Amino acid sequence: MKNFLRILSLVILFLATPLSSYAAEKVEYLKTDWSFKGLFGKFDRGALQRGYQVYTEVCASCHSMKYLSYRNLSEKGGPEFTEQQAKAIAASFDVTDGPNSDGEMFTRPGKLSDKFVMPYENVKAAQAANGGAYPPDMSVLVKARGGGVDYIYSLLQGYEDPPVGITLDEGVHYNKYMYGNKIKMSNPLSDGLIEYSDGTNATVEQMSKDVTTFLMWTAEPHLETRHQMGFKAIVYLIILTILVYFSMKRIWSRVETKV
Amino acid sequence: MSDHEYTPTSKAGKWFNDRLPLLTLANHLTDYPTPKNLNYWWTFGGILTFCLITQIVTGLTLAMHYIAHADMAFESVEHIMRDVNYGWLIRYIHANGASMFFLAVYIHIFRSLFYGSYKAPREIIWIIGIIIYLLMMAAAFMGYVLPWGQMSFWGATVITNLFSAIPLVGEGIVTWLWGGYSVDNPTLTRFFTLHYLIPFLILGLVVLHIWALHVPGNNNPVGIDVKKPSKDTVPFHPYIVIKDTFALLMFMIVFAFFVFYTPNILGHADNYIEADPLVTPAHIVPEWYLLPFYAILRSVPDKLLGVIAMLSAILILAALPWLDTSKIRSAVFRPLYKQFYWILVADVLILGYVGAMPAEGLYLLVARVATAYYFLHFLVILPVLGLKEKTLPIPLSITEPILGGTANLATARNKESSIK
Repeated sequence: MKNFLRILSLVILFLATPLSSYAAEKVEYLKTDWSFKGLFGKFDRGALQRGYQVYTEVCASCHSMKYLSYRNLSEKGGPEFTEQQAKAIAASFDVTDGPNSDGEMFTRPGKLSDKFVMPYENVKAAQAANGGAYPPDMSVLVKARGGGVDYIYSLLQGYEDPPVGITLDEGVHYNKYMYGNKIKMSNPLSDGLIEYSDGTNATVEQMSKDVTTFLMWTAEPHLETRHQMGFKAIVYLIILTILVYFSMKRIWSRVETKV
Repeated sequence: MSDHEYTPTSKAGKWFNDRLPLLTLANHLTDYPTPKNLNYWWTFGGILTFCLITQIVTGLTLAMHYIAHADMAFESVEHIMRDVNYGWLIRYIHANGASMFFLAVYIHIFRSLFYGSYKAPREIIWIIGIIIYLLMMAAAFMGYVLPWGQMSFWGATVITNLFSAIPLVGEGIVTWLWGGYSVDNPTLTRFFTLHYLIPFLILGLVVLHIWALHVPGNNNPVGIDVKKPSKDTVPFHPYIVIKDTFALLMFMIVFAFFVFYTPNILGHADNYIEADPLVTPAHIVPEWYLLPFYAILRSVPDKLLGVIAMLSAILILAALPWLDTSKIRSAVFRPLYKQFYWILVADVLILGYVGAMPAEGLYLLVARVATAYYFLHFLVILPVLGLKEKTLPIPLSITEPILGGTANLATARNKESSIK
């Protein structure tokens, strides 16, 4: 037995050493308090509206958002712009429509039912304009990255000068949170880059948090409904379980077996 | 099936039942004598039925909105998530439901392993169960391909490519499976068709699984045959129905937690990136429930032998009733088997863990040792153990261990050993 334990502890030690070093290689992401986490997590309306502003003024020049429509901006659980505001936002974009009765394509102001206008005609055009790298569509970006919101939030603040010994090619930047540390996107944010319409001070940290919150919403537009419904469903199930438990006890009291 | 003849009380009922004995069947199902000492590990059969029905109902609903086309599949899933009423709920139930289904089936299988439920006279139930398990894996794998994300595409590529290991005809088979020269639209449409078909095959097999179960009746934690009906049994309704319901509700709480609070934790982030045949993900990993077999596949250096090892790891289970030579069913009375059982559980968990890690260095070594042990357990340990192990005396009835023995206990045991 003693020998067995000694061998077992050796094996565990043996296994644990590379595991801990594997874990150490993982970068610690920057943390912040997300309002949408937890049982009752909800979006911060202000952050969503500011996040939309960051997206549209900074990110949207390269990154598409192809699964969202302008109507989503005024829907419940989102940034909740008023319908008038959402209409105005939509109308500020030119949408290609057609063909008309003459067989011609034409441009018109956007409507609520339109999808977000794409920054480029197609993937090739996007690559050509960005040194060969395709700026990924942002609709579900948060769910498409291992670290989720923490990763995006960190990445936006992770631009640094490369450590000595690392040379970067033309058009490549160093980011300590990027997989492989090399990123084609240049640092998109700087303090005071945009002027928030609600007067919030536009620091890099603030903008990162706001735009990441916005991206969480674009990836999970029904998150608030999900949390609310989930809480009700689980409370309901717990109450029902308790009732069924006592019914079961009652029924099984007729036989001497314990349940 | 039932031991006693059943006659409906109403005249109409009798008229109908004489022509189609559905009422006799219903009566059999409610009266079905069940050992009264079944513990909560036995509630997973009912839970699995619930899982199957849930997957079928949510799956039918999803199929009304999903588009099986390489250019539209990913978008149609986003359409379900955003614009279909409660589409996000239905999809998250379906996606997490697959994981819950496998969680339940693994508990169900390991319960069977612990209590020797696969032994005579229940071999057919067990083998049907293994076929159901194989079909579940096929359905789950093809279902994971349907959203047409990066993991869908590359998982499909890796798994279908396994068939190329077959000598001579392998490449031809892969082309035939793909419906072309790479995983593409024809692959997606046929996977969708099969993903839709398989659950109904499973449903049919589940009926056979339960039918075969109702011939000898349930095994039980003591693992002895019980007289039916007797003091050792209770009717299925209401006793087992209420107990299964209680267990199912607890299971549903866990299920609901995943669906409502961490719906994506069991999936891979890469599957929210649309499939791109030109970009290979850094690590291609299958869903968690396939990881132990994936580890076995990768632990063998040769491709063909790896595929054979992986398939054997599952098929060896079908031979289990004959590999396990012990006459005693329940591990409760098999002190040595009990220890080897837990080592096997640990072994499978280790395989699952290394299956998720890159196949290199220490992970590969661990995977190889664990794979070797897996086969050692079934091919050597079990047959030898059954012949060598000194088992504990088994009780004569279920009531005996519960009542803590009677005055006649010693005489009963003497009688039993003299019969042997």
